Amino acid sequence: MSSKISRGSFIRSIVDLLRKAEIELPDDVVNALKKAETTEENEVATSQLQAILRNLEIAKKHGVPMCQDTGIMIFFAEIGTEFQPGFDLEAAIREAVILATVEIPLRPNAVDPLTRKNSGNNTGVGIPDIHWKFVPGNQLKITVAPKGAGSENMSSLRMFNPTETGNIKNFVLETVVNAGGMPCPPLTIGVGIGGSFDAAARLAKEALLEPLDAPMEGLEREIFETVNALGIGCMGLGGSITALAVHVKTAHCHTATLPVAVNIQCWANRHSSIVFRGDE
Amino acid sequence: MMEYHLQTPLKKENIEKLNAGDIVYISGEILTARDEAHARILEMREKKEGLPFSLEGAVIYHCGPLMQQTKNGWKVISAGPTTSGRMSKMIPSLLKAHEVRAIIGKGGMKGVADALKSKCVYLAYTGGCAALAAELIKEVKTVHWLDLGMPEAVWVLRVEEFGPLIVGIDAKGNDIFAEVREKAQKQLESKK
Repeated sequence: MSSKISRGSFIRSIVDLLRKAEIELPDDVVNALKKAETTEENEVATSQLQAILRNLEIAKKHGVPMCQDTGIMIFFAEIGTEFQPGFDLEAAIREAVILATVEIPLRPNAVDPLTRKNSGNNTGVGIPDIHWKFVPGNQLKITVAPKGAGSENMSSLRMFNPTETGNIKNFVLETVVNAGGMPCPPLTIGVGIGGSFDAAARLAKEALLEPLDAPMEGLEREIFETVNALGIGCMGLGGSITALAVHVKTAHCHTATLPVAVNIQCWANRHSSIVFRGDE
Repeated sequence: MMEYHLQTPLKKENIEKLNAGDIVYISGEILTARDEAHARILEMREKKEGLPFSLEGAVIYHCGPLMQQTKNGWKVISAGPTTSGRMSKMIPSLLKAHEVRAIIGKGGMKGVADALKSKCVYLAYTGGCAALAAELIKEVKTVHWLDLGMPEAVWVLRVEEFGPLIVGIDAKGNDIFAEVREKAQKQLESKK
């Protein structure tokens, strides 16, 4: 059994996927922003939300990235155990990123961490960042989430003592207050609890991909309501809408640990998915 | 809340009347600068070397634009503001050395209100609104320090009615971001 898709058309599809993610926000994100604009009462914050909505219209109309920080490319791939591509998927994704950088275009953002030399094409050691998960079936689902630096820089991770579960909420709030207007609120807040040092961060990032209209439960709702009571508002200029949603993901962890990661996402919660089907 | 339409180069009297919360639109020339450009400006000052551009009466835009090279030169694709907070430590020295009159960015800057007093204002532009900003940039006049990479280079841009910009920190020491942050901090403390 092998995939019907050729390497060339796979690369083309990934370039198109990147283009879509950079130019248009998913419907649930747009709806959340529109709702924020109608419910916000602070005049300055409302002007900022209006600018955001207008910016989205212009980006779509002209087919240009909504933000100049086109991010670094983070891919989440769910590959069916029966899906056989017949070519090197990672190399093809890399090639698609290089092509997309010229075609869309994307800002070259990938630099060596120490020399700060820019590779010029959004690829480098470990970039694009691709995460694989095996799932049953014969499909390949690829999601790309271009992640900007403004919000990523405001993210945080702490290794708590196992008895400190009561401190999690406060840690998230501290992270949001410390960030203020810097990560471009209104935010999506992803919280990863448990796993390991690195797994918690991964969970937090995955939580950002949850639909914004998905119901928030327990701790999520509690954090959401408290964050919005802080008065930080759109762009940190004051207002009642600092977060559009809070999503928490958990995993079992070592009995002696309690890792908690908070991944902050700006209003431009960009992500887009595509499904490739293998032969029937 | 007042609305002002200003033309560059800015004079001291243009900015002294602005109050935190006012809305400003700028026309004329603005220069982009981020982390690396700020660092180089200060380095050259240290070495007593002249800059290839003038910062007197200048408007600095904290922005790393997405540009495309065409047959007719550089074209702006997307050019919203970057997080000013990363540059805040370099601002006091920069303002001592040069008569920069306005800094456009997003997110505010901690601990610069004193350095800005009677000299300069901080104008907040909506973060991420890069397609909107690109529409208001009418021309790429020139680029300096492209060796720093596209985002970090100094792009000289001609803009028309660039805004709406919110006066985030005025030249009198008022700082909206600091006020909002302090309130949030108090709220947080009360929850503990």
